[in-house]
Amino acid sequence: MRPEEGVMQSRAQAMQALFELVTDQPVVICNGFPSREAYKLKDRPENFYLMGAMGGAASLALGLALAQPQKKIIVFDGDGNLLMGLSTLATIGALKPKNFIHVVFDNEVYGSTGNQPSYSRIVRLDQVAKSAGYINIERVWEREDIVYEFKDMLNSEGPSFLLIKVNEQIEDVDRVEVPPADLARRFRTALNS
Amino acid sequence: MKLIAGCFLTALAVFHFREAIQSCAISNCYNVPARFVSYMIDSEDFVRALEGIGCDFFTGVPDTMLAGIIDVLSERRLYTPAVGEDQAVALAAGAFFGGKIPVVLMENSGLGNAFNILMSLNLVYTIPCIMIISWRGFDGKDANEHLVMGQTMPQLLDLIRVPHRTLSEQTIIEDLQCVAKTFMEQRIPVALLIKNGIVKTLQP
Repeated sequence: MRPEEGVMQSRAQAMQALFELVTDQPVVICNGFPSREAYKLKDRPENFYLMGAMGGAASLALGLALAQPQKKIIVFDGDGNLLMGLSTLATIGALKPKNFIHVVFDNEVYGSTGNQPSYSRIVRLDQVAKSAGYINIERVWEREDIVYEFKDMLNSEGPSFLLIKVNEQIEDVDRVEVPPADLARRFRTALNS
Repeated sequence: MKLIAGCFLTALAVFHFREAIQSCAISNCYNVPARFVSYMIDSEDFVRALEGIGCDFFTGVPDTMLAGIIDVLSERRLYTPAVGEDQAVALAAGAFFGGKIPVVLMENSGLGNAFNILMSLNLVYTIPCIMIISWRGFDGKDANEHLVMGQTMPQLLDLIRVPHRTLSEQTIIEDLQCVAKTFMEQRIPVALLIKNGIVKTLQP
């Protein structure tokens, strides 16, 4: 991240800004600290936290988006996660689900394992998404841009890709305490009631 | 709920399915010596039988042995191609959350790709799916790249506690009932293994 690009938010700050705009939309959150932060910031039955299965969040959200086309499905992804499951961008870009919002918190490191650098500082993930065929693509870092673009994506046909450049700060958060089977059950119930 | 209703249909669907198989075999073997009669399962009947137990979301990665099934599914716009078996299993998990009964088609080399998602998503959260896996390398008769997986697949599935059945024309009713029962009661992935020559494919 270059200094001229402005003051970055932490992932938790950016996530908080997004959660303020989310109403009843399901949110799938990738494994590692993103899930733990989301659980602390705003736990709700419409959230699904991945604990493992790195690289699988976007695919899971895509399956949901295809099964329930009338709902907007949001995925909170990370740069390391996206890079691990990068091939799914092709599936999303090809199928073009209109109800799919892909948010990527990009801190350019594997933050959950000790800040080892990721290739997202070299490879422009927003450009990869554009080439894959996403309809709306935005790269933001300041709070008011995050809010403006996410609001716009909630009201537009996708697939949309919101790359939020964030700093490396991690919140002091515990692991998700709900047993995984209970998480799955409450998520499926919330989506099918 | 849908699957439970589907189970009642199973017996009926499979009955028609068996009838179809027999009539198909009869018409095909007209004037053909008995030893050449083929009892291979027709792809269309197989798809109908899967629908009979409630399956309504199909994804996967192709294999020649599954080409006939995928062809039928694609023609009927029931198939969502994935780009890797791990992504296919995750996609199916999402579809399950969306209320679907998902099926993932793959060749067994792709099972290796899927292991992480199976072991850290499906088996941890108890998210079921039906995996239809072509058994390449069965009995050591296949291209070299299939031999190790072909020999070890059942043990690998046992090791991660994924129940599996090997499909045959004679046991298809029990095979599908067992798959449906595992899906409903245990809420874990269950595999139906298909050896070469069991289901008709595009390339004989």
